[in-house]
Amino acid sequence: MCIQAMTQRKAAALISGGLDSLLAAKLMLDQGIHVEGINFYTGFCVEGHTHAIRNKDKNKEKRNNALWVAEQLGIKLHIVDIIEEYKDVVINPKHGYGANLNPCLDCKGFMVRKALEWIQQHDFDFIVTGEVVGQRPMSQRKDTMPVIARESGARDLLLRPLCARILPETLPEREGWVDRNKLLDFSGRNRKPQMALANQLGFNDYAQPAGGCCFLTDANYSRKLADLWQVRGEKRYEIDDIMLLKVGRHVRPRPHFKLIIGRDDGENNFLRGYRNRFVHMHASSHRGPLVLLDAESGTVSENDLLLAARLTARFGKGRTDDEVTVSIHDLSDMVTEYKVAPLHPDELPQEWYL
Amino acid sequence: METLDARNMLCPMPVIRTQDKVNGMASGEMLEVVCTDHGALNDIPTWCRINGHTVVETVDNDHEVIIRLEVHHGA
Repeated sequence: MCIQAMTQRKAAALISGGLDSLLAAKLMLDQGIHVEGINFYTGFCVEGHTHAIRNKDKNKEKRNNALWVAEQLGIKLHIVDIIEEYKDVVINPKHGYGANLNPCLDCKGFMVRKALEWIQQHDFDFIVTGEVVGQRPMSQRKDTMPVIARESGARDLLLRPLCARILPETLPEREGWVDRNKLLDFSGRNRKPQMALANQLGFNDYAQPAGGCCFLTDANYSRKLADLWQVRGEKRYEIDDIMLLKVGRHVRPRPHFKLIIGRDDGENNFLRGYRNRFVHMHASSHRGPLVLLDAESGTVSENDLLLAARLTARFGKGRTDDEVTVSIHDLSDMVTEYKVAPLHPDELPQEWYL
Repeated sequence: METLDARNMLCPMPVIRTQDKVNGMASGEMLEVVCTDHGALNDIPTWCRINGHTVVETVDNDHEVIIRLEVHHGA
């Protein structure tokens, strides 16, 4: 027996937690490849956060789908924090944004490049993704998929098992590490072939696609991020900024300040963790939300605070009462009480909502 | 026993911090992870199972959860 036949080849599979990456990794396992998963955490991942916060999602199973997929496949999963490095992808995407602030093509190229670094550090042979030609309008087109392979530097070390047969041969195929005839030719947005394959392979429980796995593809989220950058006068964010954009109603009544208003107890609890960093307020005479006031220090006037207090009253149980007492805590936790009339709906223009 | 404070982190950050901490520990050592995101009660034990570590105990309080695990690095 030759040495090559005895060597088990190793692939790193990008595992998002969705069906496609599960199937791609499974096809490699079935060809005798040693597979380990990599999951990149950008800070914008839908996974985890929202259902950890909101009351309405309390009964949803709190599972991380990437971990769950890895367990179903019986492979190790390495979750890699790329929050800091990812900022440049979001802020300066070479290929621009999609329908919202989603830099999908740059994002995929970046992740494959990070995967390439990982396989070089860990002595793996190639990279596997669950991409399918024609499935996504930006990053998974026949003309852009080679861009990812080229710009990431992975080139023919990048194998997409679900559509490999309609793409040029890669090194693992040429070298006979994997059998090209056992790879697939999926294309287009139709999910039925993947679902049929999942059924055939015995996977009945998997994450359903629901608008992608990234908040940047969400129009409402992108609008709030664009507002953040516009107010700052530059494209810049920290992890807490992008976490807070996922939580609460964001209302900007004046250009120099906005309010983040908890929508339920879960969000109020989450926002409580930020009390020492924001002026915050709540109704003390009635039940109501915790509200953070987001503004540059020293820019908010007494009239602004009064308006913020009336808005806070508007979203609490006292909204139809004549008067509500609102406690405003400054950054040193000094409390000032305002007795205000809740803002009437007619005084709250739709354009204040972000 | 080593302790990891993962309070006020949302998943998957507690898992990432656990992973980083465990990578610097030896087999047989114990780690206690304290979290406020209840999702960690699923995620950290799942991460332990797929990576060969053993969850010794989980504690679920109202405001925080504690996961105690024993590190096992494979051969």
